Amino acid sequence: MHLLRLNFAVAVSGFRRYATYRVATAAGVFTNTVFGFILAYTFIALWHERPHLGGYDQSQALTFVWIGQAMLASVAVMGGGFQDEFSERIRNGDVAIDLYRPVDLQLWWLAADLGRAAFQLLGRGVVPLAVGALAFDLALPASPGSWLLFLLAVLLALVVSFALRYLVALCGFWLLDATGLNALSTLLSLFFSGMLLPLTVFPGAFGETARLLPWSATLQVPADVLLGAQPGGAAAGLAFQTGWALVLLAAGRALQTVATRKVVVQGG
Amino acid sequence: MAEELAETLPRSPGVRPRSAPGAVLSRAAWGLRAYGFIAAMWVRSTMAYRASFAIMLAANFATTSLDFAAIMIMFAQVDALGGFALPEVAFLYGTSCVAFGLSDLLLGSAERVGRRVRDGTMDVLLTRPVPVLAQLAADRFSLRRLGRITQGSLVLGWSVLRLELEWTPGRIAMVCSMVLCGAAIFGCVFVLGGAFQFWAQDASEVQNAFTYGGTTLLQYPPTLFGKELVRGVTFVVPLAFVNWLPALHVLGRDDPLGLPGWADYAAPFVALLCCALTGLVWRAGLRAYRSTGS
Amino acid sequence: MADEGGEFIDVQDLTKTFTVRRRTGLLRRTAEEVRAVDGISFTLRRGEMAGFIGPNGAGKSTTIKMLTGILTPSGGRLRVAGVDPWRERTRLVRRIGVVFGQRTTLWWDLPLRDSYGLVRRMYRVPQARFEENLARCVELLELGDLLDVPVRQLSLGQRMRGDITAALLHDPDVLYLDEPTIGLDVVSKARVREFLRTLNAERGTTVLLTTHDLSDIEQLCKRVVVIDHGRLMYDGPLAGLHEVGRGERTLVVDLERELPPIEGLTGARTVRTEGPRQWLAFPASASAAPLVSRLAAEYPLVDLSIREPDIEDVIARMYAR
Repeated sequence: MHLLRLNFAVAVSGFRRYATYRVATAAGVFTNTVFGFILAYTFIALWHERPHLGGYDQSQALTFVWIGQAMLASVAVMGGGFQDEFSERIRNGDVAIDLYRPVDLQLWWLAADLGRAAFQLLGRGVVPLAVGALAFDLALPASPGSWLLFLLAVLLALVVSFALRYLVALCGFWLLDATGLNALSTLLSLFFSGMLLPLTVFPGAFGETARLLPWSATLQVPADVLLGAQPGGAAAGLAFQTGWALVLLAAGRALQTVATRKVVVQGG
Repeated sequence: MAEELAETLPRSPGVRPRSAPGAVLSRAAWGLRAYGFIAAMWVRSTMAYRASFAIMLAANFATTSLDFAAIMIMFAQVDALGGFALPEVAFLYGTSCVAFGLSDLLLGSAERVGRRVRDGTMDVLLTRPVPVLAQLAADRFSLRRLGRITQGSLVLGWSVLRLELEWTPGRIAMVCSMVLCGAAIFGCVFVLGGAFQFWAQDASEVQNAFTYGGTTLLQYPPTLFGKELVRGVTFVVPLAFVNWLPALHVLGRDDPLGLPGWADYAAPFVALLCCALTGLVWRAGLRAYRSTGS
Repeated sequence: MADEGGEFIDVQDLTKTFTVRRRTGLLRRTAEEVRAVDGISFTLRRGEMAGFIGPNGAGKSTTIKMLTGILTPSGGRLRVAGVDPWRERTRLVRRIGVVFGQRTTLWWDLPLRDSYGLVRRMYRVPQARFEENLARCVELLELGDLLDVPVRQLSLGQRMRGDITAALLHDPDVLYLDEPTIGLDVVSKARVREFLRTLNAERGTTVLLTTHDLSDIEQLCKRVVVIDHGRLMYDGPLAGLHEVGRGERTLVVDLERELPPIEGLTGARTVRTEGPRQWLAFPASASAAPLVSRLAAEYPLVDLSIREPDIEDVIARMYAR
C-alpha cells in the first residue's frame, strides 16, 4: 500500500514537472497539428486511389493519422521522456545512488514516465485530435465503452514503450557511446509503430511481421482498438500488448539485475 | 591617448562603426569568415571520435530514409499519388530533402536560441567580437547532417535517371538553383524560428512545423493538398518556391494555383527577399533580448 | 576616443527597468515595472581594481551586463574607454574581458587548447602575442596539464582558471569578473586572487569584480562599490566599509544537547539558537581562542566553526546604523 502511494506520488510529480512548460506544450500542439494536416492530405490521396487499403476506409485512415499525432509525445515514439535523464544518470554514475533507494528502480522510472505521459496525453493529445475531428470526417466511436478500451490500450502502449526505452537506456551500462543505439531505437520505433504509415498498409509478409513486433503495441494496436479494426477484436489487441509488456518488463528486470551486479562489483 | 588606441585597434571590418557605407557587407564577410573557422574547429574535434561520427552519419542517413521508405510502401499499393508517378514524387522528395539538408547543415544550430537564453550562454556570445548569428549557427557544426543530403541526393539522382525528360542545360540549371534557393529559404525559416525564441524561449518546437513539416510537405505533389494550404505556403511562408513551383515547371506540369509563368523563376528573388526580412527580424529579436535580458 | 581624463569607466545616473509580467489569474496577466538599477553613478580610473558588491538581486549583474554592452540601459550615461558599450558593442568587446563565475565562456565539448585557438581567431590576436599571453597564463594559473582536457571534464576551479585565461588572451584593458571565486576550493581561490593581483600590477588592467566573498575584496581591492536595490549604498575605501558595517564574527557552536542560550562569556553574546546549535557573535578584532577554550571547559562541546561576516551581514548592519 505504501509502495503504491509512493509510486503514485512519483507519477504525480512527473505530471507536474511537464505541466509547468506551458509554452512548450502549446508549441508541441501546434507542430503535431501541422503534421496531422500534412499526413491527412497524403492519406486522402492514397485512399482515393485504393479505397479500402489496409482494411480502412478513408475516414478510418484519417482517424489513424490524428490518433497518431495525439499519441506521439505521450508514447514517446521519437524516444525521450525519462530515458534522457536515466541515461544521463547511468553515464555519470549517479544511478548507483538510485540503487540504494528503498524503491524499485524500474517501478520508480515507470511511475515517473507514466506521470509525464498522462500529462502529454492531455496536454498534447486532446487539441490535435479535436482539430482533426473538426477539419476532417473522422471515424471516432460514439460508445463510452470503446473509449475506455482505447484508454486501456493507451496505458498498455505506454508501458510497452517504457519497457523498450528502459532496455535501451540500460545498455548504457555497457556502451561507452550510446548515440548509435538511441538512433536505432528511434528509427525502429518511428517505422514499426505505424507512425509514418499504418502497419496494415505494409505489403505481404513484411507487414505481417511488422505487426508482430513490440512497436506495433505502441500505436498500431491502440488505434485499431479505437477504430474497431483489431483482428480478433479488442481483447486480442489488449492481450497482445499485455504479452509484450510482461516480456519486455521481465527482460528489463533481468538486464537490470546484471547491470546492478556490475555496478556493485565496480563499487559504483 | 587617442593615437595609442587607434593603433591598438586594427581597422578591420568587424570594428568599423556600423554607419559607414559598406559596413553591413564587411560585417557579413567577417561573420562568414568567423563561421568558417568555428565550424572547422567543430569538424576537427568531432573527427577525433571517428567511430562515433560514422554511427551518427549512418543514423542521420537511415532516419531520413524512413520517409522515402514510407513513400515506396505507398507506391507498392498504388501507381500514382495525386496524379504523380513515383519518379516524379522522388524528384520532389530529392529536391526538398537536399535543400533542407543543406540548410540544416549550415544553420540548423540556430534553433538553439531558447536554450542559450535560458542557460545564460547567449550573454557569452554577446561579449565576443563576432556577429551573434555566425557564432550561434556555427556552434556544434556537424558533418553528420550530410547523411540527409546524401540520402536526398541519391533519391534525386535516381529520379533524374527515371524521369523521361530531356536534360537540357536550362533544366539542369533550374535543378541547381532550386536546391540553392530552397536551402536559402529553409535557412531563413531556421533563423526566423531562432529569432522567435528571443520572445518565446520555450517555443522551439514551433519551428519544427515549418522546417521538418515543410520538407515533408514538399516531398509530396501540391495536388494532394487543399488550395488554401498551397496558397499559404506560396504567399505566407513561401516554401512553394523551394521546389514545388520550379519543379512543376521542370516536370512540365501546371501549378494548381495557376500562377503566371514567371513565378516558376521567382525562387531566387523570393529567397533574397526572405533573407532581407530574416535579417531584420533577427536584429529585432536580438535588440529585444538586449533590452530585456531574458 | 580619449579616456576622458583618466576616467576609464564612467557611469552617470545609470538606470535599467524591466517589465515583469505576472500571472494573476488563469489568463490574466499584469505588467509591473521593476527598477533593477536605479540611478547609479561611479567612475573608475584606468588601472584601478574595485569590488562591486551587494546582496543577491541588488543589480550587480545587470550593471555588469550594461557595462559589457550586453544590455541596453534604460537611462543615464555610460562610457567605457570613451565608448558607449551598447551602441558600439563589437568595437568595445575587443578591449574588455568578461568572466562569468556561474557559466563558462568556453566551449563545453572542446579541449581548452581548441577553445583558446577560437578565441585567438575571434579577437584576431597575432600568433606571437597569443602564444606569449597563453604561456604566461598557463604558467601563473598552472594550466599546463589541462590544455588537452575537454572543458566539461574540468573541475570548477580548473574551469575558472581556464575561463580567466580565455578572457585575457586579447590583452583587454578592462576585466569584468562576476563571482570569480564562487564554489572554488581554498587553493584555487588563492591562485586566482594572486593571479589577478599580478595582472593588475604588471599590466595595469582595470578590474571590476562582483563577489559574495568579503575576503576576495579584502585581498584584492582598495576600493568597494556597494549597491542594494539598484541604488548606490557606498563607494570608497574598504577600510570605510569596515567601520560602517564590519564589526563582528560569528562562532557557531554545536552542543551535545539542547541548552538554554549561553551566557556570561565576556565579549560574546548568543544571537540565535536552534536545537543544540547556537550562534555567538563576538568582535571581529578579538581573538577567538580564549572564547573557544572557555566554551570547551564549561559546555559539552561537539563541534564549532567560525563564520566570517559575509556581504549580507555587512549590508544588514549598514542599514541598522
